[in-house]
Amino acid sequence: MTRLDCLRAIHPALHDRAVVTIMGAVAAELQAIGHRPNFFYLQHAMGLASSMGLGIALSKPALPVVVFDGDGSVLMNLGGLTTLARYRPRNLTHVVFDNESLLSVGGFPTATSTGTDLAAMAAAAGIPRTTTVRTVEAFTEAFREAATSRDLTTIVAKVEAVGPSAYVTDLALLENRFQFQRYLRHV
Amino acid sequence: MPEAVAASVSPVSTAHSRVVYDALKSAGVRLMSALPETWLVHLIRLAEDDPEMTLVRLAKEEEGVGISAGAYLAGVKSAMLMQNHGFLASINGIVSCAQLYRIPLLMLMSDRGSFGEPDPWQTEGGAVTEDLLHALRIPYQTLDEAAIVEHRVHQAQTLAYSSNKPVALLLSRDLMIEGSGPAAVRRV
Repeated sequence: MTRLDCLRAIHPALHDRAVVTIMGAVAAELQAIGHRPNFFYLQHAMGLASSMGLGIALSKPALPVVVFDGDGSVLMNLGGLTTLARYRPRNLTHVVFDNESLLSVGGFPTATSTGTDLAAMAAAAGIPRTTTVRTVEAFTEAFREAATSRDLTTIVAKVEAVGPSAYVTDLALLENRFQFQRYLRHV
Repeated sequence: MPEAVAASVSPVSTAHSRVVYDALKSAGVRLMSALPETWLVHLIRLAEDDPEMTLVRLAKEEEGVGISAGAYLAGVKSAMLMQNHGFLASINGIVSCAQLYRIPLLMLMSDRGSFGEPDPWQTEGGAVTEDLLHALRIPYQTLDEAAIVEHRVHQAQTLAYSSNKPVALLLSRDLMIEGSGPAAVRRV
């Protein structure tokens, strides 16, 4: 399955959640499907999308928060999985699009291409609900269940190593940052 | 046989930790991320015992940059508590999350490896801390006397918010360790 198909399938459900994505294909594809003021694209600082999600979730416990992460990013902040588990924000859904590579820099394979299992690592870190999905139907179902469960969930979505033709978008970083802050202020 | 080097055993000042904690709280901080080191133990315990403060214990200090960024955007004032080596460990997050997105950070870092440091392993980090703060153009001040702590913490917070940038406060040995400050020195 493709990341794009997964994002398209759940995009309508994202309107009432704070969404933080890591850089690269997931940011470009989500924005291409349809940018919303409640989407924030962390275009660098790999590893920190989940930490930002935790900061937002702890600060606004009544607001559902979704983090779109990548395997490369998660591998850079594995310790962050233990912190997420420790504080267990019930309103956070952590989606990891695992294409087994660092796509936007040339497609170098990551450790998930040779057996590293991120869902298992998340479970071992103590995250209460974890799953690996390989079809859009399973992804959509897991995403819906994460919301109704009202508990911290990590969904690892195994996707093809394909991405957009361009990664630079016309939404300036600072424009996004101030709009997202304004959204959070009024939500 | 080489002589064993005595480990530092001077107690951390609970009174001055309280002064720092109260200053942060009166500046509006309601979330603290922390990776403990010796000098921070009382500060962290105060955060733990305070029902009005959210304490997030980290696996690595850089996480605190993301957590503080998220908290800030969500309207919550936060502070990062770490050793200066934790600052070293956080630099990519500071530059490519906080500075790139103009997000304020209030970073309190214990100034290890500086004057009076008996632990050899701290000395390399101590030698580069201020140069790195300069290189990253992070404004900083040293907290070395209890009397100026509240004032400097508030001023640091004000600057962080007006400039939308990280600001650092170095917790000095003179402030944090009992019995290490100069006797009866008053500064205007």
